[in-house]
Amino acid sequence: MNVIAPHAQTAVPAAAKEALDTAKLEPKIAIRQLNFYYGAAHALKDISLTLYRNTVTAFIGPSGCGKSTLLRVLNRMYDLYPNQRAEGEVVFDGANILAPKQDLNLLRARIGMVFQKPTPFPMSIFENIAFGVRLYEKLPASELEYRVEHALRRAALWEEVKDKLNVNGQSLSGGQQQRLCIARTVAVKPEVILLDEPCSALDPISTAKIEELIDELKADYTIVIVTHNMQQAARVSDFTAFMYLGQLVESASTQKIFTSPSDRRTQDYITGRFG
Amino acid sequence: MAQTVQTAATAARTRLYSGRRRWNAIMIVLAWCAALFGMAWLALILGALLWQGLSGVSLRVFTEMTPPPGADGGLLNPIIGSLIMTGLAVAIGTPIGILAGTYMAEYGRYGRLSSVVRFINDILLSAPSIVVGLFVYEVLVRPMGHFSGIAGAVALAIIVIPVVVRTTEDMLLLVPNTLREAAAALGLPRAYIVRRIAYRAARAGIVTGILLAIARISGETAPLLFTALNNQFWSTNLNAPMASLPAVIFQFALSPYNDWQRLAWTGALLITVAVLALSIIARALSSPDKS
Repeated sequence: MNVIAPHAQTAVPAAAKEALDTAKLEPKIAIRQLNFYYGAAHALKDISLTLYRNTVTAFIGPSGCGKSTLLRVLNRMYDLYPNQRAEGEVVFDGANILAPKQDLNLLRARIGMVFQKPTPFPMSIFENIAFGVRLYEKLPASELEYRVEHALRRAALWEEVKDKLNVNGQSLSGGQQQRLCIARTVAVKPEVILLDEPCSALDPISTAKIEELIDELKADYTIVIVTHNMQQAARVSDFTAFMYLGQLVESASTQKIFTSPSDRRTQDYITGRFG
Repeated sequence: MAQTVQTAATAARTRLYSGRRRWNAIMIVLAWCAALFGMAWLALILGALLWQGLSGVSLRVFTEMTPPPGADGGLLNPIIGSLIMTGLAVAIGTPIGILAGTYMAEYGRYGRLSSVVRFINDILLSAPSIVVGLFVYEVLVRPMGHFSGIAGAVALAIIVIPVVVRTTEDMLLLVPNTLREAAAALGLPRAYIVRRIAYRAARAGIVTGILLAIARISGETAPLLFTALNNQFWSTNLNAPMASLPAVIFQFALSPYNDWQRLAWTGALLITVAVLALSIIARALSSPDKS
């Protein structure tokens, strides 16, 4: 039976994971009293949460609880749309990124994002990655090729695409497209990677590959993942934040959330009683 | 007992569905008739054009000027005139149309200005072309004191602009927002997202719009009669009256001379073939990319 769902084999039981000591970790992003509005709708209510460097934090909660909204505040993706605004503070390496003077392009170069639906650009596999690199660095052709290869290797995609780098990125399979998007994000050398339900459109094999990848990437990046899949949160994350109706109900080490949550609602959610 | 109820219900449904099948058959026949009726006229028009026009097609048509009545000649000057004015109209209208469409889809999507421009553009899109001709007559031909090729090109450009605005905006709106977000997430500035991502994704549609605009203006007669008028002789001077295929067709077809009428048929065939070719290219471009 496990053959059908290979990720079940790679699953690390939450209880077996060592709880990280937050005192020894370096905070990367500190969210303080964050409120978010879609027009008049109050979508995030007084969120305070710290994300630590070189760790994976998972946002879980039922649909509409605000977990994706919270993720989209971290790189100010919401700024693309009118009538969406955030109040409070999000301190990233000492500076409040919600400040009006924050350079959005610079911020997004430092905080990369991978979306639920794979979004390869309408260009070749090579260009999908080289495109972003060229924005920031003028590299000689050989070095650019090296960077593209490195990014594809990092995303565990190189072996599958090395002979067809000139093929349109949109012709890859869903799982490959998603890894291409991760490669593209890694190639511009961000510090934080935001993953918005990166596996929800993928089959179990692709999902397992991406989960392995997340585990490897955490050595170099701070990772935040939104997921509907609680087993996934348990497998990949060090910290878990449970959200419900726009509020942060509870956040702690993944081990604690999945073994002895303090809030009744968290317990109900992770045991599948609602959501 | 239960069995009989069951069969009665089944019988009722059988009747219901045989009725539906009958209606379906009737409506399909009617739809076929309507389609055939519409296609028949198109076939008749194309047939008449081919019948009357093909006999006049020769090398001379492409190498000689329009003749005086009774003499031999071709359509070189109106062909060149049409090419010049159409080309110039596209050169003027396309950048304006693409920029306006880009503003509406990318920058001012949620703004009030865009909805106002969209409304006005839709009016312009359906404005009778003779009105455009009269307008250019008033603002260009009268102040200049004479008809001119440039006035003709401007009139055609005014017809091109709303078509290109509309298709550019529509095609850019079809580009999924997730793609823009993905580009923004890499730190791309807005202008890069538009130029490098959105345009690339919408390219086939935008080019199709331009081709359809060319097809639309290549047969326009009314705006040219008030602006470029016509020219019996070879002229590439934009500051002077210029010949064009539609104007020559109009003039020659209404003339009492047989050889002029034959040239008019040939000219009509040329325009139709050109428009057909553009439409086929546009069709091929806009069909989903299988590569």
